[in-house]
Amino acid sequence: MNQRLADILLESFPRIFTQGLLMTIPLTVLSFALALVIAMLCAMIQIANVKGLRQAVRFYIWLIRGTPLLVQLYLVYFGLPDLGIVLPAFPCAVLVFALNEGAYCAETMRAAIESVPKGQLEAGYCVGMSYFQTMRRIILPQAFRTAFPPLSNSLISMIKDTSLAANITVAEMFMTAQRVAGRTYEHLALYAEVAVIYLIFCTVITRLQAFGEKRLARMNGGDVIRA
Amino acid sequence: MLELTGLHKSIGGNEILHGVNLNIRKGEVLAVLGPSGSGKTTLLRCLNFLEKADSGSVTLLGSTLDMHTASRREIADYRKHTAFVFQNFNLFANKTALHNVTEGLIVARKMPKAEAEAIGMKALKRVGLANKADSYPSQLSGGQQQRVAIARAIAAEPDVIMLDEPTSALDPELIGEVLNVIRQLAEDGMTMIIVTHEITFARSVATDILFMDGGRALVQTDTKNFFEKNDNKRVREFLSSLNERMFLNENDESNKKNISHAHRGGPSHGKRSGMRKKRRRK
Repeated sequence: MNQRLADILLESFPRIFTQGLLMTIPLTVLSFALALVIAMLCAMIQIANVKGLRQAVRFYIWLIRGTPLLVQLYLVYFGLPDLGIVLPAFPCAVLVFALNEGAYCAETMRAAIESVPKGQLEAGYCVGMSYFQTMRRIILPQAFRTAFPPLSNSLISMIKDTSLAANITVAEMFMTAQRVAGRTYEHLALYAEVAVIYLIFCTVITRLQAFGEKRLARMNGGDVIRA
Repeated sequence: MLELTGLHKSIGGNEILHGVNLNIRKGEVLAVLGPSGSGKTTLLRCLNFLEKADSGSVTLLGSTLDMHTASRREIADYRKHTAFVFQNFNLFANKTALHNVTEGLIVARKMPKAEAEAIGMKALKRVGLANKADSYPSQLSGGQQQRVAIARAIAAEPDVIMLDEPTSALDPELIGEVLNVIRQLAEDGMTMIIVTHEITFARSVATDILFMDGGRALVQTDTKNFFEKNDNKRVREFLSSLNERMFLNENDESNKKNISHAHRGGPSHGKRSGMRKKRRRK
């Protein structure tokens, strides 16, 4: 490795990394938090079978899952201004990522809730609890444990998907790397570098996931299948 | 104290219950007997509104509910006076034994936590599981889980406890501990309705027997009468088929467990067929 390349990498690493901390992570955390709220609502509407709303939720999930994330980003950022709706890049990205991930997480949560045996709800009724009390205190905690690994999956994939926000001028990690690469013509090195940084972030999340799973298992007194 | 009249229930176009009546007075133990598929479990589930009846009415402590049109609030009030013990326990998987018992007291009855836990410990002591208070259901044997479920049922001091085949999901060697707990409750004067295949148990603990066949309550009479003087043809057939099986199994000295199977209605009517029935209902 020549001196110039080493200097470029050393100089760009903290820049890209900082941009990750300042942009990619807030973008991910904000979007994912919103996505979870959306997912929770959608899952509950479907489980409780709320008339009318249920169809609306199914339509939303169908629409989101049937169209590419990049197209959704373009549609909202470049398309909606034609209707007079202009959103700044960052809120626009949060909105699209949240709506997109929310649809997928809604299905994860619905499946997790449905995996809790019906007897748990009946037992709740029989000790005098209402539907919502049983949901909140008995069903959802169990469902959350089931949903946790796939939700972690979604979070990890969202961190990486935020690189798409570069397309709508959000200056996150990938765009920062692109700029350096464009200026120095060191494409291989710079894109490899940003890949490593994504890897670092995702490794942290993976560790957190393992920790979270252990905690949830303890809280449920549950044993896990291990050969 | 509890009176059920004209309970009709269809599932998927099949009428399961054709107008069932029953009544039970305070302190009585009513055992519901009958062949598999006769509607015993459906009867009990309707009685606690886990299944919505097509018609029928139930009177508990003087207030009458229409079982088809009862509102959520009416059902909730009714359930404050009843408790239910499930065939497969249905303990809250995310709660310890103690919290399984206290959950309903704290959440539904708004009892202060300390008071609920004192009651919970007392209930666990009553079923002999005070030392397992902090165990989760997955750490307990089937028999222990069912005893916790019984503790959960008695904690709120219900007026009547309904038990749906409380021992039929248990290994033979665990049945005794659960039956002993139920027997103790009966001796303490708890009013209970028990759907069971444990004929000998029913005979020794129940004050009354309700015999179901083909979705009808054919006979409700006191226990002595039922076993000794009954002249109903179906009842005699049912009892003699049990006797035959018991006799066959008693001759088979090689395996004592078979005897307890016979008490539960024979190997072919044991745990497995019960499980299959459950699945079909879903």
